[in-house]
Amino acid sequence: MKSEVKNILLVGVGGQGTILASKILSEALVSAGYDVKMSEVHGMSQRGGNVSTQIRYGGKVYSPIIGVGETDVIVAFEKMEALRWIGYLKPDGRIVVNDFEIPSAPILMGDAPYPEGIIEALGAVADVLVVKAAEIAEALGNARVMNIVLLGALVKALGVEDVDWQSNINANVKAGFEEINYKAFKAGYDI
Amino acid sequence: MKALMSGNEAVARGAYEAGVGFASAYPGTPSTEILESLVGYEDGPYCEWAPNEKVALEAAIGASVAGLRSMAAMKHVGVNVAADPLFTFAYTGVNGGCVLVSADDPGMHSSQNEQDNRNYAEAARVLMLNPSDSSEAKGYMKLGLELSERFDTPVMLHMTTRVCHSKSLVEPKGRKEMPLIPYGKNIAKYVATPANAAVMRKKLEERLEAMEAYANTAQVNRPEYNGYAVGVITSGVAYQYAKEAFGEDTSFLKLGMAFPIPSALIKEFASKVKKLYVVEEMDPYLERHVRRLGIACEGKSLIPKYGELNADVIRKAVSGTESKSLSVDIDAAARPPVLCAGCPHRGFFYALGKRKNIIVTGDIGCYTLGSAPPLSSIDTVLCMGASISMGHGAAKAMRRAGGTYKIVAVIGDSTFFHTGIGSLTNAVYNNSDSVSVILDNRITGMTGHQQNPGTGFTLSGEPAAEVDVEKLCLAIGVKGANIYTVNPLDIGETGKALDDAIAKEEPTVIIARWPCILKRFSAQDKDEFDLSPRRCEISQGLCRKCKSCVRTGCPAIRSAESIEIDAGSCTGCAVCKQACPFGAIVEVQR
Repeated sequence: MKSEVKNILLVGVGGQGTILASKILSEALVSAGYDVKMSEVHGMSQRGGNVSTQIRYGGKVYSPIIGVGETDVIVAFEKMEALRWIGYLKPDGRIVVNDFEIPSAPILMGDAPYPEGIIEALGAVADVLVVKAAEIAEALGNARVMNIVLLGALVKALGVEDVDWQSNINANVKAGFEEINYKAFKAGYDI
Repeated sequence: MKALMSGNEAVARGAYEAGVGFASAYPGTPSTEILESLVGYEDGPYCEWAPNEKVALEAAIGASVAGLRSMAAMKHVGVNVAADPLFTFAYTGVNGGCVLVSADDPGMHSSQNEQDNRNYAEAARVLMLNPSDSSEAKGYMKLGLELSERFDTPVMLHMTTRVCHSKSLVEPKGRKEMPLIPYGKNIAKYVATPANAAVMRKKLEERLEAMEAYANTAQVNRPEYNGYAVGVITSGVAYQYAKEAFGEDTSFLKLGMAFPIPSALIKEFASKVKKLYVVEEMDPYLERHVRRLGIACEGKSLIPKYGELNADVIRKAVSGTESKSLSVDIDAAARPPVLCAGCPHRGFFYALGKRKNIIVTGDIGCYTLGSAPPLSSIDTVLCMGASISMGHGAAKAMRRAGGTYKIVAVIGDSTFFHTGIGSLTNAVYNNSDSVSVILDNRITGMTGHQQNPGTGFTLSGEPAAEVDVEKLCLAIGVKGANIYTVNPLDIGETGKALDDAIAKEEPTVIIARWPCILKRFSAQDKDEFDLSPRRCEISQGLCRKCKSCVRTGCPAIRSAESIEIDAGSCTGCAVCKQACPFGAIVEVQR
């Protein structure tokens, strides 16, 4: 059973909607019959810090958290966060990187540069899928569905089947926003 | 049907199902969501925020004496505040079952220390349960209430960050209403005078024996035999990690009770396995007990004594094996938390930073970020309420020894109501010349916007009496002329109040009053403060790139080739505008 547990890491910056994406995914995995554990770090993230959600699913899951070098799929909602968490990826895992920059405090103050060449550097060591989720979301008419575009790309990378994604999304988004969120999911899935 | 719940939601569910009638808490990460979740059950218990953890526990004890099942929830350091009632509550025992939830924070994700509150259970001699996931969190909450009534003892439920904030599957059941247990006057039981307490003390030892006998047969203390070469004694979330780190032929003694410790069960388990490990987060709490029984084991000689554990850490500690990990040559820049764009604390700290020859004693809350660069204003942070009392002591020491520093203490509204009022009373009573600043942002900010006695609303959103901070300071004895109420976003007004107060040789208070920018504004907020949507812009022609605005530390301002204000995140607080010496920043309506 142990070998069947899959590990997913969603990383980003407070306010990017990682928690909603994690919630939809976790509930979908439960509905598909898996044992699921999901772990969030709360606290100061609302104040511009980095955020991470860990999801583990399989026949039987013990630990709610993932160790270094053990993640099957990482989704970085922000590019520099992909860099921060790459050590958690399995050598044969996949990392989905949103080509989107949110400068942190030292960068804003001009004390540190935003690192250049992140995607190239990651591509040299890992299987990287680059997603321009902000552009896709804006083309759909709402920049805020960027998180659901990334969820779609993640689900494709995971290869989870037999899940009614549409109803899981509908159950978790605000009334009136079901259609655009499902479109965003499809757009991410079809990349 | 099973549902995904966080450990905190599961504790609330357990309290709901077990018929808890009264619940109180003071918010604190990682415990806050317990009461926030419990108050959501329409047919659930009465729930409230208390001004501090001691009050929360005492109120829960009162509800227990009155005959209802009750609970109090708090973070680990909150139990320090509530320790006074806790230790004697262990003597009196309960009427309705009562559970104190202690949420510890190994690794200090959001705390000033990482104390291991299992030690409290042993020191106070109260039964303690420690769940390892959400399903157990719910089950142990219910069991705790039953055991509290069965053994006539308060029960502690020991949670940790990863149990509180990770979600796993829970099977919800219905609520069982608990009728009020009839109250019978019983002075010998509830009045802890020395004479009565001496009798209670003896009974406490008898109760301990009964609880330990229970511990040796309790289902929550569970041996899992898979082989006899290696055995692991473990508890809490460390059990989940150890299950992954050790092989499938490892046996486990999973202890769901942290106190009393089941000595007979441990001896039996230890006698069956060849090599024994004790795997636990933080202190060698179980290990000490195992060694006291004369049993050889490996524990903290291998497993880290502090910080969080996980399966990797245990695997590396025990077998030296590590997973292969990827690395790249580029480093990510740090992403520390910062005061939000539009935060009223920024203006205050900017003004404070301009004052020289002062020591700033700080406190616990968002404004602790005033210690971070570029504001770097705060000199000390210790515990809830310490700013004003430490400031008073420092001021007295300076005056006594001829030191030249003046002291400015900064404390938030919720922290002031928590334990700051006593500290201010002391500073005034003993005629301090320290300046006490109450950063009143009209909400408990850091833990995610909980109401408090100054906001005018209760936990359930009902209108409530509101502490008038200015009148309170007057009543404590601060002279009217020494109380300054300012808008902290007005740097000139705030600076002038600081200069005036610092110059005085008697107790002074500055109330910096402006709502948290992330708060859902009340009708009163909208009436009192100008919260109209606006933003600031930089006229690039006038900007000389002196970076005065950048040094406010606002995350809406970016300094690169040019200095720009992000239109999306700027709230128009205009602190940068006041910091700019060249008039290059203008306010525009949204």
